[in-house]
Formats: sequence, C-alpha cells, structure tokens
Amino acid sequence: MNDLLKQLTEAVGVSGAEKEVRLLIRDLIADHVDEWSVDTMGNLTATKRGTGDYDMRVLVDAHMDEVGLLITDIDSSGMLRFTNVGGFDDRALLGKVVQVGPHKVTGVIGARAIHLLKRGEYSKVVRIDAMRIDIGAKNKEAASSSVKVGDYAAFVTEYEELDGGRTAIGKAFDNRAGCAALIELLRGERYPFDLVAAFTVQEEVGLRGAKIAAFNARADAALVLECTPAFDLPKEQDRSPNVALGKGVSVYVMDARTIQDPRLVAHIMATGDSQGIPYQVRQPGGGGTNTGAIQRAGAGIPAATLAVPGRYAHTPTMMISLDDYDNIVRLADATLRTLTPDTFRRD
Amino acid sequence: MNDLIRSLVEAYGPSGFEDGVRDLIRPLIEPHADEVTVDALGNLIARKRATTGEANPLKVMIAAHMDEIGIMASHITEKGFLRFTNIGGVGSHTLLGGRVRFADGTLGIIGVDRMEDRNSIHPLNKHFIDVGATSRENCPVRVGDAAHFVRPFEARGRHLTAKSMDDRIGCAVAIEALRRLPADVSHDLYFVFSVQEEVGTRGAEAAANGIMPDVSIALDVTLTGDVPESRPMDVRLGAGPAIKVKDSGMIAHAGLVRLMRRRAEEAGIDYQLEVLEGGTTDARPMQLAGPGSVAGCISIPCRYVHTPSETVDASDVEGAVALLVTLLSADMEL
Repeated sequence: MNDLLKQLTEAVGVSGAEKEVRLLIRDLIADHVDEWSVDTMGNLTATKRGTGDYDMRVLVDAHMDEVGLLITDIDSSGMLRFTNVGGFDDRALLGKVVQVGPHKVTGVIGARAIHLLKRGEYSKVVRIDAMRIDIGAKNKEAASSSVKVGDYAAFVTEYEELDGGRTAIGKAFDNRAGCAALIELLRGERYPFDLVAAFTVQEEVGLRGAKIAAFNARADAALVLECTPAFDLPKEQDRSPNVALGKGVSVYVMDARTIQDPRLVAHIMATGDSQGIPYQVRQPGGGGTNTGAIQRAGAGIPAATLAVPGRYAHTPTMMISLDDYDNIVRLADATLRTLTPDTFRRD
Repeated sequence: MNDLIRSLVEAYGPSGFEDGVRDLIRPLIEPHADEVTVDALGNLIARKRATTGEANPLKVMIAAHMDEIGIMASHITEKGFLRFTNIGGVGSHTLLGGRVRFADGTLGIIGVDRMEDRNSIHPLNKHFIDVGATSRENCPVRVGDAAHFVRPFEARGRHLTAKSMDDRIGCAVAIEALRRLPADVSHDLYFVFSVQEEVGTRGAEAAANGIMPDVSIALDVTLTGDVPESRPMDVRLGAGPAIKVKDSGMIAHAGLVRLMRRRAEEAGIDYQLEVLEGGTTDARPMQLAGPGSVAGCISIPCRYVHTPSETVDASDVEGAVALLVTLLSADMEL
C-alpha cells in the first residue's frame, strides 16, 4: 500500500481551503528541507539547498488543491444548495457522498429515485443548481447548527489499490499524485542546485497560487508535476489516446496555455531514453497546468510539465497506474540530477 | 528593403520555435545596438543607450514579434498521415491544399476527410497532413513536432505578399528603424523581437516585466476594410501606417496617440487612425506590466491576415519606419 498517496488523497483541500493538505505536507517534508514558509495565498514553499555545484534555482511545483463544492444557501427544509469550485460534469455528481465544512459533516447529493422519475426525465441532465446536498437535517435551524453558507464540501473516496497493487483508485489524484512525487524528491539526496518546492493553491480555479509562488521563487527553471486526464478507452477510429494509463510519464509539448520550453523537453526525453524510463508525449492541444502561470512569471522562467495519466479526472473517483507514478518520481529525479546551466544554452 | 523582408518572411518560426528567426535578426541589429541579449523565454532584446539628454532617460520598449502561426502534429495514423492541432489562430477554411514545412525540412500537404457536404467548412480535426510516409514507422514526423505554412514572398509593385507578414513586417520595421536612428539618442531604447505573441502575447509579457519600460510601442499588422464585402473598418492599404487608438485588448495612451500624430504631421508622413474590433498586440502586456507603462502601437495595414497570402503596401511600411524613427529621435512630452 502506498501510504503517501493514501494519506494525501484522503485529506481534504478544495481550492481556497487547502489548509488540511498544507499542514499534512508540511509535516511530511519538514525534516527533509532547509526552510519552509507559507505565503499570502497559502502556498507552501520549501527550499532544499543544493550541493553548491551550480549557482541555479529550480522551482518544482505541484498544486495541493482539488475540485469540490461550496455551500451557497441552506433552504427551509435543511437542504444545502451548492456551486462548483473548479470544473465539473454535472452528471458526475448525483448520488455521491460528500463531507461538508471543517467538521466533515456527511451528506449525499440527492437524486430522485428511478421509481419516481417520469418517462422522458431519464434522458435529461440534472443541472448543478437543481441539486441539493442532504445532511439529514430536519429543517434550516438543525442544518445551520453544523453547516454554514461558505463551507466547502469534498467527495468521500477511500484510497484503494487494484490489479495486484499496480493500479490505484481514489479522489484528488489531480494533483495529490504530483504532491506525493514532489515529497519523494524532497526526501532524496541534495541536487547540484537549490531546489525550491512549491505546493500551490487554487490551480483548479485558474492557476492563481502558482502565479505568486513563481514570482517569489526567482527561479532559473521550473518543472511542474501534475496528473493529466487520460482518454484511453477503446475508440473506433485511428486516433491516438491523448495519454494512456501504464504507458509511462506524460510529457507535455504544448497545451492551451503553454508551449513548453523546447530545451527542457528535449532534456526530459533524452533522460527518459538514456535511463530507460518510459514516457509518452501527451497529445498537444487543449488543457493547461500551472506551467502557464509559471512560465510568464517575472521576466519569464523556462518551464516544462510531467504528469501521471489519470482516468476519470474531476469526478469523485480517479484511477492511476502506480507504475506511472513510480516512473514520474524516477523521471523527475533523473531530469533534475542531470540538469545544468548548459541545458539552457541557446547556441 | 524587399531583400530584408523576403529573408524574414520566408524563415521558419512558429510560436515557441523562433530560434531560426532570432539567428537571422541578431547579426542585423548587433552593429546598431549597445548590447544584445536573449531572455529566458527567447525574446531577443537589443538595447541602444541614451547618450544625450537627461540623467534619467525614459525607458522605451519597442516590440515586434518573431513568431508566426502554424500547426503541431498530434497523432500519426497507422498509414503515416498526421493529425494536427493549431498554433495560434489558424482558420480551417485556409487549410485545404496548403503546404506546411517542419523544422527538419519535411514538406507536408494538407488534405481533408471525405466531404459529404461541399458547402460546409470542415473543422481542423477533420484535416490531415500527408508527408509521403506509408506507415507510422517510416513517418519522419513525431507527435509534438511543429510546422509553418509555406509560400514564397512575392512583390507586385507596392503590394508585398507572404505567409508571415504578421509580424515579420513589424520585425523589418524595427530593424530598419534601428539602422536609421541617429548615433546619439536621448531615450534608453529596448528593441524587443518577441516570442509567442500568436498564442497569447506571452513573450512580450515576460520581456516587459524584465525591462519595466516607461513607454511601450508595439509594431504589428492590423486588419483593413478595403476589400469586397469586408467588415467596415476605416483602414486601407497604401494610406500610411495606422496609429492604433484601440483594439479589443488595449486602449492606447491618449497622450502617446497625440504625440504620434503630431510627429507624423511635422514630418509629412501620411497616417491613419485605427480602431480594431477584434484582436490585440504585444502592446497589451506591455501596458499592464509591472506598475504599468504608456503604451501604443504603430500598425501596418494588412489584407488576408492569418492566411498564406498576407499582403501589405510598401509605402505603409516605409511610413511606419519613418514615423518610428522621428518619434524615437525627439522628445517625448506625453
């Protein structure tokens, strides 16, 4: 059992309310870094000083936040109205168990039983503004004693390993998988340069935390660790999956927010090839990660992204391959250990 | 100037892969600048220091972007055809039968899936590129490789046509202005040949944060309203460079617009005023960088923007150079 992934994914940290995850990570890294601090946004930044071989600062980012819900109103019957924090397919919500507020009050996103649906209602999608969270309260007063407007809600999904321990399901692999990988890097030997680890907030609502973390990091280069949606279910046409589970670390070249630094991408691929670490080029096109904010911070930072492919992103349960997870730790570590100022020479 | 323009517009440089254009421009500007640097994102920055005037000269940033729109391979089929995604604003109505070239020289022809309805435009993902391969294994292109559109430069009298006037013509104006400026200037001038404009003015944002200019001037193309059934727009080819008043991402500093107009009138340069309803330029991130800067844009009117036959008028280009030189050579009372 990967205890790190279990602990991290079962912790709750919806965008804007990442404290529980931040405290957990702080305790997991405190003995392995030279200093750590928390900035105005809530980003946890830690420095692991280098051996002194290169005068260089490298930022490694993983966002702590997960998508979730926010309570907007408690109606007279004690039902909770809510809105989304981060992007959802409304169809993924009905019938799911959630934990609400700092006291983790259990509730369920109620759905009308199929017995009570009229013909024609089956084919309609229920929209988020018509849904309610039911915490079993008799009325508004009873509900208000344990929950208040502005409380966040997260899904409840226990971490489990399948397929003889090589596949895992759980919530929030996007991006606790990246956080776990970054923690493993911090627990290793010193790098030839100063490593600045940023566990960032509010990625899911628009790369907000990373913008500040990158501005403050004054880094010469950056690597972003992520979990990217895998669309690898069988398809009829000859169209590649964007990335597939178990086929290796997903390497970005271009997405909707970035063209990744070609020198860093070439270095990552050369490292994977020479060390026999499997990777796959993520299909260029849509999507976006903290790299979009980091690359443009200050006077610009050369940046690239590595990701663990994950099925069913932004639903209560994601699935990843633990081989891919092990490989992102290996590839990120090997990429950093062989990174030098010469990697960024332009001639 | 046509030889300079030809070499610039035919160079390979889709957004993010501007190295070739940078290598071309660098030796052309080095003799005219005090220092030339390349920043973290690849922006080429030529600085010409103030030698006369006040102790604290104005920092003036002039930006023209080196990158051009293009495509990137996203999938290789079993038979060796490429599917692709756009780099920047590529209209799928401009693709069929077009040609692209990859960094290694591989030429590709753009085809389209069988058309059931010839009256509709197929979306980008129904197009493919044929590079002459017969299988995934012998395909010379890998997923993630970028290509630009191919079309030779043509001069028809004053009309100049090429696939990347946007914005190599701005680069040409900047290079020519740098050559013509007097040896001694009273402002600190930063000529920036920027990267990644077509994907969201990313390069100029970082460059401006590094330079922190007081005054910013973008050099870029703008649309025209002078072809049949065009959207009404009071800019036309051959009527002089356009002084931008507003586009959808920036309202130019009114004082800078007034100053540009005054300098043009004093020097007898024909000009037009531009209000562009869609699109923006590097002037936007420069205006908003750091504590903000006084920003404006000198535009070169251009027909058929983001097609393989972008067309400008040589006299507008000359006028843009003259306007920029006179603006940068004199005092800037804003």
